[in-house]
Amino acid sequence: MSIDKATVAKIARLARIHIAEEKQAALASELSNILGWVEQLGEVNTDDVAPMTSVVEVRLPEREDVITDGDCRDDILANAPDTDGSFFVVPKVVE
Amino acid sequence: MGGLTELTLSEARAKLEQGEMSAVELTEAHIAALEAVRPLNAMITETPERALRMARESDERRAKGQAGALDGLPIAIKDLYCTKGVRTTAASNILGNFTPTYESTVTSKLWDAGAVMLGKTNMDEFAMGSSNMFSAIGPAINPWRRDNDKRDLVPGGSSGGSAAVVAARAALAATGTDTGGSIRQPAAFTGIVGLKPTYGRCSRWGIIAFASSLDQAGPLCRSVEDAAIMLGVMAGYDAKDSTSVDVPVPDYVAGLRGGVKGLRVGIPAEYRVDDMPEEIDALWRRGADWLAAQGAELVDISLPHTAYALPAYYIVAPAEASSNLARYDGIKFGLRSPSDDLAEMYERTRAEGFGAEVQRRILIGAYVLSAGYYDAYYLKAQKIRTLIARDFSAAFADVDVVLTPTAPSDAFAVGDKADDPIAMYLNDVFTVPASLAGLPAISLPAGLSGGGLPLGLHLIAKPFDEATLLRAAAALEEAAGFDARPPGGGS
Repeated sequence: MSIDKATVAKIARLARIHIAEEKQAALASELSNILGWVEQLGEVNTDDVAPMTSVVEVRLPEREDVITDGDCRDDILANAPDTDGSFFVVPKVVE
Repeated sequence: MGGLTELTLSEARAKLEQGEMSAVELTEAHIAALEAVRPLNAMITETPERALRMARESDERRAKGQAGALDGLPIAIKDLYCTKGVRTTAASNILGNFTPTYESTVTSKLWDAGAVMLGKTNMDEFAMGSSNMFSAIGPAINPWRRDNDKRDLVPGGSSGGSAAVVAARAALAATGTDTGGSIRQPAAFTGIVGLKPTYGRCSRWGIIAFASSLDQAGPLCRSVEDAAIMLGVMAGYDAKDSTSVDVPVPDYVAGLRGGVKGLRVGIPAEYRVDDMPEEIDALWRRGADWLAAQGAELVDISLPHTAYALPAYYIVAPAEASSNLARYDGIKFGLRSPSDDLAEMYERTRAEGFGAEVQRRILIGAYVLSAGYYDAYYLKAQKIRTLIARDFSAAFADVDVVLTPTAPSDAFAVGDKADDPIAMYLNDVFTVPASLAGLPAISLPAGLSGGGLPLGLHLIAKPFDEATLLRAAAALEEAAGFDARPPGGGS
């Protein structure tokens, strides 16, 4: 599978990472190499194989539906780059 | 004070118990040793004041007869573990000055057992790498040097700083994390012991996530017994990690010297890869002979899908990483690159904050999970993973442990392979299969390469059978009698 510049731009957008246009071609070739290398998985017949969903076979634990943690607003805000009172501050998203 | 840093963890514990030294003396010796090895760039944050305070408290506890399993023993923590009040960076610029307001479960257990924290170790950014070259603060350096060669070598990765400080006798032990080999490969490159427990054995809570279905916490130490002691403290069920498994934690030290008589050791044909250096192959044969000489039975086994483990890993791990690392958005913590537009703020922040390898893996992950490609890549890789796990369960119907080399080479020079992602990924060719199957595995130093660098042997066991894994490793350790030590870097 070969990735072109336009695909790099598209996945960079999906991943929310700005990739300068002059870097897109080099990245396209690097990613194509990696994807070309994983193509070898196509050699394996997996028609009747279930995909792994859990590496260790255990039932997910259940617990009472009660609050076990919380009341730590200041802790949650402590590392934010920008806050106002008890809120995170973000660029304006609604006009 | 150099003598105190020569001790293994278990020897140091015995001396503390016998009152031959204090935790403060032991800690001061290690703080001095860490200062002496600063050229290795193995630490991101040193915490000497905290270490001395913890050591004083330990001496007080011991005087009252309240010492825990690791009381007064100075260790280093990979900078992927959240430590309350101590900056935690994952070796990434995107976390900025992130200072957790909580403590990871595994480090909580270590402090509850009385261990002393020396600081936080260097690593590949977000644990993505096999060299420790991909760190925002620059590479950590291996205390070993190749004979007649002045070049700096990598300590392996991603837990490279942890491996370097333990190998350089500047910490008695360190924590690491292993997603595809990040404890075992650096242990092999630096001549120490590294243990990756069964997936679910140690809680992942409070450890910064890379690939959640693969990440496991484990120790790096200078003896198998030390690994057994550390694992005994680190392991255990935690309700805060829904994938941690509620099974009893045995006394790993008690069974350590049980011997390997009658133990069935699998030798997998598929690990004899093309262009494997003869010295690695020879070491592998020697390891098998050592076990056989102690009464183990060698069994030729086949793990037919081994060759597909690495490419499957490089779909699954980036996919999970792209999802886990979505949280770094410049809002809740860490770096923010200012912009008036929200989407642009995300994109600039993540472009500035993530290093090249992390960006590469996020993009691969976003691609293989994107509409139209999910079945062809991600689902296919998860099916291959099922086949790899089946290979192991079939083999373990007949054998107790599997013996392989840890890595396909000895340590390489800083700068090598940096521009060739696939050559770098091949470092993990022998460690990734056990990761995909969630199995416990250990690397221990077993000999020196022609260039005078350590080489590791690798054992893999059944799920939650770390006891047998450690028992076999102890037998190998005794036969190998590895006592070489790095020429530079030690105190």
